Amino acid sequence: MMRRLTPLRNAFRTPTGMLAGGWLLLVITVAVFAHLLTPYDYDIQDLAHAKMPPDAAHWMGTDEFGRDLMTRIFYGARTSMTVSTVSIGLSLLCGLTLGAAAAYFGGWFDRVVTTAVDLTWSFPEILIALLLVAIIGPGTMGTMVAISVAYLAQFTRLTRAQILSLKSETFVEAARSLGASHGHLLFGHLIPNALTPVLVAAMLATGDAIILEATLGFFGLGAQPPTPSWGAMMSSGAAQLFTAPWIILLPGLVLTITVIAINLFGDALIEALDIRAKLRDA
Amino acid sequence: MLLEVHDLRVSIGAVTPLDGVSFALDRGEIHGLVGESGSGKSLTAMAVMGLLPLIGGSVTGGTLRFDGHSLQRPEAELRKLRGRRIAFITQNPMTALDPVRRIGAQVDEVATLHLGLDRKAARVRTIDILTKLRIPSAETVAHSYPHQLSGGMKQRIVIAMALAAEPDLIVADEPTTALDVTVQAQIIHILTTLVRENGMGLLLITHDMGVVAQACDRVTVLYAGRVAEAQPVGGLFAAPCHPYTRALMECIPREGMARGALAGIPGVVPSVVNYPAGCRFHPRCARADAICCTQVPRLTSQGLDGFLSCHHPLGEPSS
Amino acid sequence: MTDILRIENLTKTFTQNAGLFGKPRSMSAVRDVSLSVAKGGVVGIVGESGCGKSTLARLILRLIEPTSGRVLHGETDLTHLSHRSLQKARKDMAMVFQDPYSSLDPRYSVFDCLAEAYIVQGQRMPTGRVEDLLDKVGLPRTLAQSYPHQLSGGQRQRVGIARALALSPELVILDEPTASLDVSIQAQIILLLQGLRRDLGLTYIFISHDLGLVRYFCDRIVVMYVGSVVEDIRDPQSPPQHPYTATLMASTFAPDPQLRKDLVALEGEIPSPFDLPLGCAFAGRCPRASARCKSERPTLAPGPSGHPVACFHPLGAGGL
Repeated sequence: MMRRLTPLRNAFRTPTGMLAGGWLLLVITVAVFAHLLTPYDYDIQDLAHAKMPPDAAHWMGTDEFGRDLMTRIFYGARTSMTVSTVSIGLSLLCGLTLGAAAAYFGGWFDRVVTTAVDLTWSFPEILIALLLVAIIGPGTMGTMVAISVAYLAQFTRLTRAQILSLKSETFVEAARSLGASHGHLLFGHLIPNALTPVLVAAMLATGDAIILEATLGFFGLGAQPPTPSWGAMMSSGAAQLFTAPWIILLPGLVLTITVIAINLFGDALIEALDIRAKLRDA
Repeated sequence: MLLEVHDLRVSIGAVTPLDGVSFALDRGEIHGLVGESGSGKSLTAMAVMGLLPLIGGSVTGGTLRFDGHSLQRPEAELRKLRGRRIAFITQNPMTALDPVRRIGAQVDEVATLHLGLDRKAARVRTIDILTKLRIPSAETVAHSYPHQLSGGMKQRIVIAMALAAEPDLIVADEPTTALDVTVQAQIIHILTTLVRENGMGLLLITHDMGVVAQACDRVTVLYAGRVAEAQPVGGLFAAPCHPYTRALMECIPREGMARGALAGIPGVVPSVVNYPAGCRFHPRCARADAICCTQVPRLTSQGLDGFLSCHHPLGEPSS
Repeated sequence: MTDILRIENLTKTFTQNAGLFGKPRSMSAVRDVSLSVAKGGVVGIVGESGCGKSTLARLILRLIEPTSGRVLHGETDLTHLSHRSLQKARKDMAMVFQDPYSSLDPRYSVFDCLAEAYIVQGQRMPTGRVEDLLDKVGLPRTLAQSYPHQLSGGQRQRVGIARALALSPELVILDEPTASLDVSIQAQIILLLQGLRRDLGLTYIFISHDLGLVRYFCDRIVVMYVGSVVEDIRDPQSPPQHPYTATLMASTFAPDPQLRKDLVALEGEIPSPFDLPLGCAFAGRCPRASARCKSERPTLAPGPSGHPVACFHPLGAGGL
């Protein structure tokens, strides 16, 4: 087990890896323990103290309804993290299954999957997500499904490419010569060896998913009020840009830094795992 | 002497894979540099060609002299020698040729670059060399791309390019390892014939003792970055002095060998990060004793024409 | 002596798709090969690129599906077994692969590699079996927890051999098991294989391009050229009858400068399997070829020395 974690530790050892990884750990901690870390509730309005700049009482100021901005940003982290990880997780699971089955069994199933993937691949994720949200309706659930489907093509493609190249490895042939069944080959050799690049791609996709969730939230299609979401906060903060700029800027800044951190940490992980070549086919 | 390598030391970063390699090669001589993996034979070739910077290595000791002049010169001067007076044949013909240029153009280029011939004259020369190398339909081949040719054919083209500028020395690094047995025989035949006909020197690097026995005049045996033994080929096979050489001979199945006569060498070839102290072969040597574990044996003259680095050579009783 | 394996008219044809504008081309990697292997023997299969030896090895274990013909293991016709029965049948035959660097799953420890055979066959592994196997192949027991990247090429190949022996098969197919190894390690592995055969009563099919090694190790040599068997030498010391075998022998350098070969006469190249001429595949390069050789394909028949050869003008009992 420790051997498997070594690349993770190595990724933390580089300067960028340390900073980026540190930030991400901070965001995750904040998201999980938001209810313990914030003195205020995220939906208690206090119009007397609306649009106040950052001060001792409110470290990040208040929004147009007098709600503590820092609290809302912390809970927004929870929303972002939950939506992105659940939807990417779901997408990953389905993508792994479809991609592995298509690559292993080939034939008409592979052709169907590849065609479907190629068709979806040409659409930007935001378009697919908007389409699905239009059908399902706004809200956290709809957002998660939409993002899941939007990234399915990527994971299916990547898994399929990995499994195809692994199929011809000698150790797979060796397992077949021992009398291995399809299941044993898939779950004992092919998928475990294909996992690493796919997991790293999933990590990077989480960053994209956070932006996607914020985009949908910006248009009011994501988590519905009063649940805070960074995108929705930025949307309502847009109107206050010149009177209370921190309402849009602070969530925006946290969002940006988080996504950058995910990308930088993902890069450090790719270096540590030395799988740059395998990800080229993604 | 055409090529003189004395006490060559090569380092790559913090490690020193080559540590005191010496040998000499004369005009018209085919000199075999033989060793297993990790012996440093390819590094020696790269050092002679001045290509060490490509792998982050450098010569950190010893001398390399070609025709009396040092080979440790600035890159600009080495480039004048490379291809013109010293030619290099690499192991893998599949990657030695430019896949997007026709064969003829690639061989012509050697003549135009190094001999200053114009395109027409260079092409005539190219066809001439291809014919000498017994490449059928030389005109058609000159018009083809590398992927249209077989491995053996490609290696002949590589040899053609090596010979095109009429070099004095050819360095061939495992030129036939990637080829089929019958093709290897043809290539070795062509290479040795042309080298002798033109009075060139050939440094033939290989792990294959059969190739060495067939083609070479003199042989230097490398082990773990050092010279174990060097002798004329007849003496090396009939009366090896170094225990490693003898042990290596016994590893090779040969004509008339009785079942059970094959013997391996216990242990593994040491990697550069854990070279043993003293004589690097001592952990695997039946004749090793306390001196061998601590003192590095020096490369000394042996007999009329040989060199040896061993505390207890064969032919002398071990303590 | 009973036949442990019978190969009957085995053929494998590969078709290459030519894309939109070309015609699909086909080539037979293995053409109508028939062979019987007696129990306890070491059969060497030797040939150069494209001769089909590796494909033949995989056809025997049905790792590749044959186009026609059949493979009989004892009484069982392997070629027509269902997928499940084939899986079960595989426990009696095993294969050792050429490349020690890719034949072990990098995520499996040595213990996992050796235990896998039992897991795959749904059998319980007896306690101490892994240690027993490691002893047999000359590896220290402490290596059981190591991973492939921590082992040398020779050690990995020993693990590959141990894996093949895990379920005590009768027949082991060795596909160039020493080609990627240094000469000194190769000799160690050959000695190991010889000892194992004696101790465990194994039958080997040994595939190699190295004629010298095959002549030392095997008691029967099958020579293949572009998909067909051209000669089946029952006594490795007897002189060749097929001109290709003679060419192969003349091209194999002895480690002895007193025995230098005369290389002048060797010419020609192996034809592309997509573009095989009519008649004997070797006719284009053969100094003895006649008009008949160019139009008719010779089949295996007893030659002057007694053993089967596929040639209309075999070399006399005196050799070249």
